[in-house]
Amino acid sequence: MKNSILRTENLKAFYVLDMVGTQKIVKAVNEVNLEVYENEVFGIAGESGCGKTTLLKALFGAIEPPLRLMGGSILYHIDNLAVDITTLSLEERRKLRMEYISYVPQGSMSVLNPVVKLKETYQDFIGSHVSGRTRQEAFELARKHIAELGLPHNVLDAYPHQLSGGMRQRVTIALAALLKPRIIIADEPTTALDVVVQRGVIQLLMDIQKKLKNTIILVTHDMGVHANVADRIGIMYAGKMVEEAPTEQIFGDPQHPYTRFLINSLPRFGDKSTRSSAPGSPPSLANLPDGCPFHPRCPYVKEICTQEMPSLINLSTDHKVACWLAGER
Amino acid sequence: MKILRDLFRDYRFAVSFCILAVLVFMALLSFFSPYDPTLWNVVPRDLKPSLKYLLGTDSNGQDIFWMACFAVRNSLIIALIATLVSRIIAILVGMLAGYKGGATDRVLMFISDTLLVIPLFLIMVLLAMLVREYMNLVVLGLLLSFFGWAWDARLIRSVILSLREREFTKNAILSGTGTLNLVLNEYMPFTMPLIFSTLINNMAWAIGLEITLAILGLVNMTIPTLGTMLNWAINYQAILLGRWWWILTPVTLSIFLFIALYWLSVSISEYLDPRTRIQRVGAG
Amino acid sequence: MEKLLEVENLTKVFSLGSILSRVRITAADNVSFYINPAEIFTLAGESGCGKTTTARIILGFDTPTSGAIIHSGKKEAKNEKVWFTEGIQAIFQDPFATFNPLRTVDRYFFETVKNYHLAEDKKAAIEWIDQKLNAVGLTYSELAGRYPSEFSGGQLQRISIARALLTNPTLLIADEPVSMVDASLRMSIVNLFKKLRDEFGVSVLYITHDLATAYYVSDRIAIMFRGNIVEMGSVEQVLMNPRHPYTRLLRESIPEADPKKRWTTTVNLMESEQEEYLRKGCKFAGRCPVVMEKCKVEVPADLIVEGVLVKCHKYSE
Repeated sequence: MKNSILRTENLKAFYVLDMVGTQKIVKAVNEVNLEVYENEVFGIAGESGCGKTTLLKALFGAIEPPLRLMGGSILYHIDNLAVDITTLSLEERRKLRMEYISYVPQGSMSVLNPVVKLKETYQDFIGSHVSGRTRQEAFELARKHIAELGLPHNVLDAYPHQLSGGMRQRVTIALAALLKPRIIIADEPTTALDVVVQRGVIQLLMDIQKKLKNTIILVTHDMGVHANVADRIGIMYAGKMVEEAPTEQIFGDPQHPYTRFLINSLPRFGDKSTRSSAPGSPPSLANLPDGCPFHPRCPYVKEICTQEMPSLINLSTDHKVACWLAGER
Repeated sequence: MKILRDLFRDYRFAVSFCILAVLVFMALLSFFSPYDPTLWNVVPRDLKPSLKYLLGTDSNGQDIFWMACFAVRNSLIIALIATLVSRIIAILVGMLAGYKGGATDRVLMFISDTLLVIPLFLIMVLLAMLVREYMNLVVLGLLLSFFGWAWDARLIRSVILSLREREFTKNAILSGTGTLNLVLNEYMPFTMPLIFSTLINNMAWAIGLEITLAILGLVNMTIPTLGTMLNWAINYQAILLGRWWWILTPVTLSIFLFIALYWLSVSISEYLDPRTRIQRVGAG
Repeated sequence: MEKLLEVENLTKVFSLGSILSRVRITAADNVSFYINPAEIFTLAGESGCGKTTTARIILGFDTPTSGAIIHSGKKEAKNEKVWFTEGIQAIFQDPFATFNPLRTVDRYFFETVKNYHLAEDKKAAIEWIDQKLNAVGLTYSELAGRYPSEFSGGQLQRISIARALLTNPTLLIADEPVSMVDASLRMSIVNLFKKLRDEFGVSVLYITHDLATAYYVSDRIAIMFRGNIVEMGSVEQVLMNPRHPYTRLLRESIPEADPKKRWTTTVNLMESEQEEYLRKGCKFAGRCPVVMEKCKVEVPADLIVEGVLVKCHKYSE
């Protein structure tokens, strides 16, 4: 039985926007119950606008206005103790970052400071988290780390603009793994990258995971990437987690109608028969329908789906789904 | 109108709107003035403010209140002429240079840069002295506009340069849109805030320059403007002789005018900024 | 059957750098291919391979250094506005950048109708626009008076396609139309291309780096690498049985949506794009798993192997 390393309970985080007199509430994370274990790769899949990035921000503890925590808790399991980070001060949360949990944001290629060489960025990070090291020692640490991961050793002497997009992405991931965190969160690390470069980036993430034996939470809308690397996958829709299961089961036996659409809409080699995406489009997070958020597009919709929101229930030991029709069929 | 309602939420716009409303009212009131501003000694001189003469009288024998109305009106007219003409030039030059590029761009920018680098004040003084005989509101306005377009033309050009590379330009071209249409219809919404804020700044600049020229005695002294009022007051030693009502009137009016113009420009350009506008589009 | 579009030895050289160190990059190197009427042809390759440069030149937004573009037998003139003369339209990668965020979306439709003289009055214009929108699964009433920010990326791309259809084009150039759309929504856009080909006889030049959708939708495909076409043929042959080592690398690197088909080997990434562009001989020699000495000095010829064009020394025996 694997140990839990991060858990959320009924997490609710909304954006409260105030402009020109009207108030708009965007329910980006709407009662999410998530559990992630040690030494695994957990994938979160979903379309743009389903709330995945907000969920990651919340997991990382970066909840700042206009994003507000409306309820629930986020628990890190540090040294056998469950710590609710919403109760921690900003300084305590800052200490946890990079050492316990680190974050590779979307578009991370622009995260590097364009006017300094990479080695300075690395030294900054090391310096702000590990005291008692001289610049030289920090530099050696960074060099060794880069070499271990198979990146060219002279990359630290370059400016970000001298490197290709894929290389910058890998450097940013290496930076996130520098202090050997227990959890690495990667938000769409391969979007906008070419297919061969994408493979290199994913490979790097996998190498890091095998070495550190830690947890990687990988968010992407590309199911192909999940199929290749994830141990378990959580499907997110309109701010809620609608299905959670090991990868083979998600692809082999998807239970939620949305998951089914996701899997069936992907083209496969050797098969040119017609495929289609889910009809309609996802609801605006500021204007959610009653009941199950998927019901306007669901081919199996029933009366109860339009009135009450289904909660995530255990279909079997490791397969959870949030659907009123679960178990039937 | 919804736009006005949204604008009024900003206190800066509300206050400046009120100030300008008062000033425009004064300007319009000047049409009903019982005295001719170009004459002297129509009323007893150097009287303090009283119920009969609201702001007192000056050493020329004019009622300061009515003079002030004329002054505001004329200053505003000069500023409007200067600004409108220079806006038109700036827009034409900026858009042409930005979109066409190449030789057109280089030539236009050369002219514009030259006007920026020339010491403005000396040339203005020189030109003002040359046309002094023919000086009236319109001539002064045109003179000011000649120097007011160069900076803004370059700003507009840089906005156009960046818009030219965007994909909706290609889309518009594929839709068959011609160059002129493209620049006017597609790019205008982006250049509007720039044009608006520079318009109001330009007005403030024109008024300031007019006051400066007037104090130096380079404009036609018989036409009452804020500057000429100040000039007369200084020449007659109004401060030394304790005739505060004469010198304070144009000074206070000018200060209010500048504050109002500044706040107006800031609040409107914030409102028109494409980034906030795009946010508002969805909010409805 | 006359070819709809023929590209003959198209070359485009860019000169980069400062006065002191100029570097000449051949973005497109003797590119030749053709597109038949009512066919979906894919130009595939990673970023920096020259496909977008080729598309820009075909559209007339850029001039070639040498080579010719031939539309239905007629050679394209310099600065010719092919959207007017040849009925070529295009859609682009970023659906949100394709529309002016401060103007309503229907404006582009009315502009097109007006400039191409497609209808006599507003009522006829709306009918024509509505017809084309129906073809992509939308209606005019959904569009009227709306701004681009009120739609999703997938919807905007479909709206883009509808606008391109207004003039009844013979060729639609789609430059990376789905790369900014979520993987699960790509089908709705790509299925439209099939519909255009089958129901309206429109040819599509599909430019992409997503080989999965390329396999699904195209008839023929050309793989580009650093300005050269390295393999070209029917999509079944090229993608199911790739011959060129680069095509093999691409094909293997695609993450398939099947947990049983995971990557088994690792890949080495190259360091600099510019280095590869400037190579003498075969440009892939730096990374090729089956590289020979010959490859580093001699440019491979275009060989035909079982009906597929392959630019590789391995097949010259």
